[in-house]
Amino acid sequence: MSPVLAASLRVLIAVGLMMANGVMMIYMLRKVLGHLHLRYGPLHVGWHGLLQTPLDVVKLLTKEDVTPRAVDRWLFRLAPLAVFVPSLMAYAALPFGPGWSIVSLDTGLLYTFAVLSLVPIGLLMAGWASANKWSLLGGMRAAAQQIAYEVPLLLSVLPVVLIAGTMSLGGIVDAQQGLWLGVLPRWFVLNPLGLVAFALFVVAGLVESNQTPFDMSEAESELVTGFATEYSAMKFGLLFLSEFSNQFILSAIGVTVFFGGWMLPWIPVEWYAEIPVLPAAVFIFKVYIGIFVMMWIRGTYPRVRVDRMMELGWKRLIPAGLALVLLTGFIQKAVM
Amino acid sequence: MTPQGSGMDHLVLLAFVIIGCLFVPLTVTASHLLGRAKRDERKLDTYECGSEPVGPPWVQLRVGYYVYALLFVVFDIETVFLYPWAVAFNRLGVFIVVEMTIFIAILGAGLAYAWREGALRWR
Repeated sequence: MSPVLAASLRVLIAVGLMMANGVMMIYMLRKVLGHLHLRYGPLHVGWHGLLQTPLDVVKLLTKEDVTPRAVDRWLFRLAPLAVFVPSLMAYAALPFGPGWSIVSLDTGLLYTFAVLSLVPIGLLMAGWASANKWSLLGGMRAAAQQIAYEVPLLLSVLPVVLIAGTMSLGGIVDAQQGLWLGVLPRWFVLNPLGLVAFALFVVAGLVESNQTPFDMSEAESELVTGFATEYSAMKFGLLFLSEFSNQFILSAIGVTVFFGGWMLPWIPVEWYAEIPVLPAAVFIFKVYIGIFVMMWIRGTYPRVRVDRMMELGWKRLIPAGLALVLLTGFIQKAVM
Repeated sequence: MTPQGSGMDHLVLLAFVIIGCLFVPLTVTASHLLGRAKRDERKLDTYECGSEPVGPPWVQLRVGYYVYALLFVVFDIETVFLYPWAVAFNRLGVFIVVEMTIFIAILGAGLAYAWREGALRWR
């Protein structure tokens, strides 16, 4: 097989994953939120409404593609691309199993955060190009909050990089093998420093993926979905696909860095690492648990006020993150 | 999905960019062709909750956004500097911690200054 074809095939795997996740997560969101609100969620199209989301994809494809008169046409068309491509690229380094990633990068963690940090540019473009005050405000808020929480997010995984001594996502998973004192899995979330880092990661990750309680950029009730208001048909679909995909990516990073990635607790790795697909299934299952928790939070908490969120990031999380990194450094050197 | 040399990896990343850039116009064009278009002038109006938009759409935004963006550039780059340090950490002596303490202290002083100047207050 020629290298170009092989490379393209790998990218198509990522595209397929992204689509499948999007469809799955939208269905899950509707069901989970429905049940949290004491409703049923989708119920009529297919068994328990299972075909509702695939049909919605068809609907998005056959909707009229409206471009409002006032928009900045070029930026308006470019924005879905600027949002979609980084989200797709973030799938590249995820470790789905031992040696199972689309590309194995030594700097996987940094790479994933780097491509994710390109998303706000696209959101800003979408908000600006829409020529709509609410969209502009939504785009600006999205960019501001993702920018403000980028730093705490990067700092929150740094203690783990320090302990594991590698930025490769596969390497971080390997560093979590075995048991602590023969009882607890050596997952970083069960390490006292790792637990604090995880708390930071959860807050920063929720903001970074625009999830409630930090979804002011969409704020249906005030901004009518913010930067996406003027988008219709597949352009809208792509913006939202990326949004769901980013949620998946952040959950996947959380699972990889803090919850042992594709590993099962207590069972020795040699027993199941060779079984095909099983590690990937474990990984995806864990990621979906993370997504479920995010949806649960979304169904439970009210939206935080925008100024409070911004100040929380700069005044609390960044100092806390820096202190945690230093503390981890000192303890690590003291132990060695 | 097997481990490969880095040359292959970079080719795949390039393929990601190219295929991503092709995928978006493809789906958008598909939806453009598949979707029924019923022309209606009112449909092309800007949607601001149903009322006529007042004033220009590109309004001036508060300065806080720009201040935060500037601060972000500083802190993001400095955080990125911390990554190679963390990776090399176990291989280097105790002095590396001292160096990083100084580095973070300078960072912290910058943050404290911005804080005192009120740049962190969201107005």
